[in-house]
Amino acid sequence: MKNSIYFVAVLMLSSLIGKAQQTPAPAQSEPIVIEGATAHLGNGEVIENALIIFEGGKISFVGPATTKIDRKGKQIKGKGKHVYPGIIAPSTSLGLLEIDAVRATDDQDELGEMIPHIRSLIAYNAESKVVETMRPNGVLLGQIAPKGGRISGTSSIVQFDAWNWEDAAVKEDDGIHLRWPNTFRQGRVWMGEERGYQPNDKYQENVSEVDLFMKNAKAYGDGKGEDVNPAFAAMQGCFEGSQKLYIYADGEKEIIDGITLAKKAGVKKVVLVGGYHAYKVTDFLKKNKVPVLVQFTHNLPVYEDDDYDLPYKLPKLLVDAGLLVGLQNGEASNFQTRNLAFYAGQLVGQGMDKEKALQLLTENNAKILGIDDNYGTLAEGKSATLFVSEGDALDMRTNRLTHAFIDGREISLQTHQTELWKKYSGKYEGASN
Amino acid sequence: MMKIRLTLLAFLGCTVLSYAQEYFPKNDGVKAENDNYTALSNAKIYVTPTEIINGGTLLFRKGKVVAVGKTVNLPENTVVIDASGKTIYPSFIDIFSGFGVALPEKVDSDGRSAEFDSAREGFYWNEHIMPENDAVTKFKYDDTIAKTLRDEGFGVVNSHIEDGIARGTGVLVALNGAGNDGDRIIDDRSAQYFSFKKSIANKQSYPTSLMGAMALLRQMYYDADWYAKDKIDTKDRSLEALNKNKNLIQIFDAEDKGNVVRADGIGDAFEIQYAILGGGDEYERVADIKATNAKLILPLNFPDAYDVSNPYAAGYVNLSDMRHWNQAPANPKILAENGISFSFTLHNLKSPADFRKKILEAIAYGLPKTKALEALTTVPSEILGKLAEIGTLRKGSYANFLITSGDIFEKETILYENWVQGAKNVINDRTLKDVRGEYNLSVSDQTFKLSIKGTLGSPKVEVKQDTAKLKSKFSYTDGWMALSFATKDGDENYRMTGLVDMDSTDLTGKAVLPDGSENVFKAVKTSEFSEEDEKNKDQKEKDDSDTPEMVTVKYPNVGYGYSAIPEPQDILFKNATVWTSEDAGILENTDVLVKDGKISKIGTDLRGGNAEVIDATGKHLTAGIIDEHSHIAALAINEAGQNSSAEVKMTDVIDPEDVGIYYALAGGVTSLQLLHGSANPIGGQSALMKLKWGESAENMLYDNAPKFIKFALGENVKQSNWESHSRFPQTRMGVEQTFTNYFQRAKEYEVKKKSGEPYRHDEEMETLVEILNGERFISCHSYVQSEINMMMKVAEKFGFRINTFTHILEGYKVADKMVEHGVGGGTFSDWWAYKFEVNDAIPYNAAIMHDQGVTVAINSDDAEMMRRLNQEAGKTVKYGGMTELEAWKMVTINPAKLLHLDERTGSIKEGKDADLVLWSDHPLSIYAKAEKTIIDGATYFDLEKDAQQRESIKKERNRLINMMLKEKADGETTQKPKQTKKEMMHCESGVEIAVGQ
Repeated sequence: MKNSIYFVAVLMLSSLIGKAQQTPAPAQSEPIVIEGATAHLGNGEVIENALIIFEGGKISFVGPATTKIDRKGKQIKGKGKHVYPGIIAPSTSLGLLEIDAVRATDDQDELGEMIPHIRSLIAYNAESKVVETMRPNGVLLGQIAPKGGRISGTSSIVQFDAWNWEDAAVKEDDGIHLRWPNTFRQGRVWMGEERGYQPNDKYQENVSEVDLFMKNAKAYGDGKGEDVNPAFAAMQGCFEGSQKLYIYADGEKEIIDGITLAKKAGVKKVVLVGGYHAYKVTDFLKKNKVPVLVQFTHNLPVYEDDDYDLPYKLPKLLVDAGLLVGLQNGEASNFQTRNLAFYAGQLVGQGMDKEKALQLLTENNAKILGIDDNYGTLAEGKSATLFVSEGDALDMRTNRLTHAFIDGREISLQTHQTELWKKYSGKYEGASN
Repeated sequence: MMKIRLTLLAFLGCTVLSYAQEYFPKNDGVKAENDNYTALSNAKIYVTPTEIINGGTLLFRKGKVVAVGKTVNLPENTVVIDASGKTIYPSFIDIFSGFGVALPEKVDSDGRSAEFDSAREGFYWNEHIMPENDAVTKFKYDDTIAKTLRDEGFGVVNSHIEDGIARGTGVLVALNGAGNDGDRIIDDRSAQYFSFKKSIANKQSYPTSLMGAMALLRQMYYDADWYAKDKIDTKDRSLEALNKNKNLIQIFDAEDKGNVVRADGIGDAFEIQYAILGGGDEYERVADIKATNAKLILPLNFPDAYDVSNPYAAGYVNLSDMRHWNQAPANPKILAENGISFSFTLHNLKSPADFRKKILEAIAYGLPKTKALEALTTVPSEILGKLAEIGTLRKGSYANFLITSGDIFEKETILYENWVQGAKNVINDRTLKDVRGEYNLSVSDQTFKLSIKGTLGSPKVEVKQDTAKLKSKFSYTDGWMALSFATKDGDENYRMTGLVDMDSTDLTGKAVLPDGSENVFKAVKTSEFSEEDEKNKDQKEKDDSDTPEMVTVKYPNVGYGYSAIPEPQDILFKNATVWTSEDAGILENTDVLVKDGKISKIGTDLRGGNAEVIDATGKHLTAGIIDEHSHIAALAINEAGQNSSAEVKMTDVIDPEDVGIYYALAGGVTSLQLLHGSANPIGGQSALMKLKWGESAENMLYDNAPKFIKFALGENVKQSNWESHSRFPQTRMGVEQTFTNYFQRAKEYEVKKKSGEPYRHDEEMETLVEILNGERFISCHSYVQSEINMMMKVAEKFGFRINTFTHILEGYKVADKMVEHGVGGGTFSDWWAYKFEVNDAIPYNAAIMHDQGVTVAINSDDAEMMRRLNQEAGKTVKYGGMTELEAWKMVTINPAKLLHLDERTGSIKEGKDADLVLWSDHPLSIYAKAEKTIIDGATYFDLEKDAQQRESIKKERNRLINMMLKEKADGETTQKPKQTKKEMMHCESGVEIAVGQ
């Protein structure tokens, strides 16, 4: 019975909000005040009994509720609740793939090996049913990255409440994604090889191909070529520093090789993505000032002799080593991206401070993606992209959103899934009455 | 004496004698027969490995031993060969060989449509059953290969066509290059062979899995029996052959310790004792192997060390593989110690030339030489029931024997001759004398120091003039020595050759000087060669290699295996927050006493006598998590070769070494249902297991477990998501008809069975009848409401009910109907979007079904999620607002109820199995860690012990890496590093194999 009471409460709440479901919210029309909540700033700090005010899409005040300041506008009672900056999902193909098994819905993997000119943004489906399920869990922004080839293409950063890709865009063409070759490769069972991994004899060859491509791209930029080479042209941002190069690598050698080659080639900003063995080369990463978008925690160990909880604690090992660390789940199914908060929560059981764990998803992800001027923390002057949860958002039991805002716009927390929930709950309620 | 020598020399000049058949005409000369005897005298003769005659004589005639003994009366027409100082052994036998029998041509799969029916006519319905194949019909003697086998000491091999599941008969062949097939073929129906491996020559898709192969073998035996009773109208040459071969020796190609047990289990069901080809890893499960009572055929393919010189690459190699490198050579020794009888085979050895090295390695690891010899002679002979003919040198046996310089299992020993059926084959020249020693060599006016060392078989020389070492070459064959060496400045050469005088210690002969002029040389022996000196020099190295260092075998023998299998223990948990999963709810500050593997008492201020007391203050004690839908710990998931595979059993393919078991324990899981996959509407029979890490597959299974079977609906059984259009059903409409057809047939089968009339035993129908009678429960993979509804209606029509819908992601749409039918649901917390049929999957599903009165479990179908099922249950609090109490039941007592195990486990209640987890925090929270996981009172996971394990893994890896580095430094062959990885199993694992094959 308790369940249905809770259900009715949510129903009422949503009808009070009176928003048409899944319709992108209009611009913020009046100041909004959240008072009395615990504000998790996203930078490791927390303010109990906080006051948060935002207007025109920007946060105008964050501080203790004891502060004497004008509280005009819409009031949200925050007592007992928690406020967080919107969670940012790096390296995801949300909006590029709707249903894994249905090829027609798959736009994440283009043909070709060196295809940096392939741009994710224009294929991003702002109306994806999967994307809208991010919002009720507090995931409000994402970096949409293609997944094909060696150099997969160019990503863009979007917010998750938009009419189309154009107004979804937060940062267009922010980076290039390079999937570094592996020194070991999986056995080709169909060719009679053993399952499992064996040395990849083509590794050095693969590396040379990247090297050659980078050198050519650089030369192309330095020169005044007459013919346009779209792939070379697409790399120029990496050399100029306006775009970041995201290198996907897990092994020690691969990490060192990838970063060394990129730096040598003249790439200004490099980010390591994945980094299963990054904890073994932290000195190298520190020396090269390379941040890590480490893989999510809900993974199995890759090697039989690894600690059973290595994936659980991997981000913590990197943070403890003094690296700038963000968290992504690019290798998981897109729908799992809504669990980002829990991937961070897992770290708390490994001894990490809750606010630090949250920081991986907020300030750190924002910094690494280069959108920290506007997103990632609750700070005056920044975008009012945030959410209110009834309880601790890092734990599934208490991650229950009552409000979410993107750039001050109060977005719908309804989805295809909540609709079905209501519809069929209604069926049984009707039957029992 | 002189006379004998002359005879001997004369004999050496002869070619080998062959024995013509008396009734064969002869047109290329006069017909004459050699009736002479041959005797080898003054030898040490191993008549059998334990019956040894010193200074004995072996007398044989026409390829067979006539007499052997200390004193043997020699008939006058005897050619006597002096073998003094030599040792004579029976030649070796390999009973698992493909010698002379070509493999059939591999058919390439076109990669598209699977073939479900057989392309043969007049044979068994399944193409991989080929008992009608007789190796002798394909046999073609190849002396080049025979020689490579003789060179290693083999005289007889048993060949068969190494292809298919039932492979037909073998042919026992003597490696007699002098004779013809009439001589060589000792037995053309020597044994019948089986395996779990499909034919490479046939495309029929069934069986796609190990469990399918096992089920097929069982059904094959039932069908053969039925055929023998003359109940099958049509001609089936396969079953006819199988019945005909019934009384032969039965040999099974298992090639793995687990498969040895599996094969033996099949044999037991049909009163067949196979001799079984092992995998060389039997030492890891000696007790189970011994219990089979099977005679084994062991490979000697001990792995090479991994090349771990690159530390990055070394990281890929699992400790379990490093261990196997270290331990595998001990396999024969350990089996021998445990009284397990075995023979050796060259099978899977890279080259027969590796044989000697490997056998010496096994002996260095402690295999007694007698056992080694038995494994090469008497045991294989005994397995074939041919002890009177081969494997010994007793009277009447074939004269298949080896002449050696001494103990055949010593490194220095030279194998001189391998006689097969009385025909001599020279491997090393026995007449050569020991020329090793120090000499003063003079040629023309020059003098040199010549030193001949090395082994008798391959002597090495060193030539010095004054102190300068000269580049030299030496050979000694066919009685002649040849020596050449460079002059001091290295530009020119001295060459010399001479017939070695048997009666002198000096060497003399003709020399060619650097200027081309001819001269003579003389080398005068100054001192004898001393083996001792050589030995002393190598002593240190030898000490290392003679007593190999072996690391401990663990249970299971992988990184996280335990030194000893955990034992039940009495434990008293003090002051815990106890989640009972019962009406009692959550009890604060409560004690729980575990005694004799059961939950003995729940209360406050309990006393536990000698029980270990664990202070659980601030901690949470719960029942162990039960996963209703799991695919870990399995070697196969789907038998996808047919639309029904009710005959296959997951209990057949449990993998107790899957580290996934350890991970699951670390996540608080104690029990699971190992389900067949969803490749077909009617899947296979489940295994209900407790995750007793370290135990054998059998000991992990529940006793008297309720019987379950997997059914499936929707996209997977329609084969919607891959290119397969040839198997019925392709639509949900067809799925219904598949079920009604099978159940109708099962009904009719039962009627016939009950009628008392003879009936054909059908494994598949037997299983379906159990379902009709409510003796076997269905866990049905399901997604959309239409098919869920359909399945219930089909069940109702046939008078049974579906036990569980698993996945059941649209269960929320038909929860009322589910309650009415009385079916439970096992679902994901929040999965969706992975295929079209999960479009309407919602995370509120569990809560809605629960609210309507369905018994709901949260399950995994995934090795990763499985170890966080507590968190997945926590999600039902978020989605749909379940109470924490009810949420927790969804991973404990509810799945126990669905599995009909709730009387035994799933809650904390006095008298139930002590399957418990101690958590560091609220068990539904993301912050909780399992600190101890206990099954039947034994602790299978302990956080502190885990920390120790990590340390010991590091140390052991380091130790083995150093050993392998030394191996490489010593010049031994190494292999490239590799990472063995098991396939991650889930519902769809192996589904597409049906297409590929």
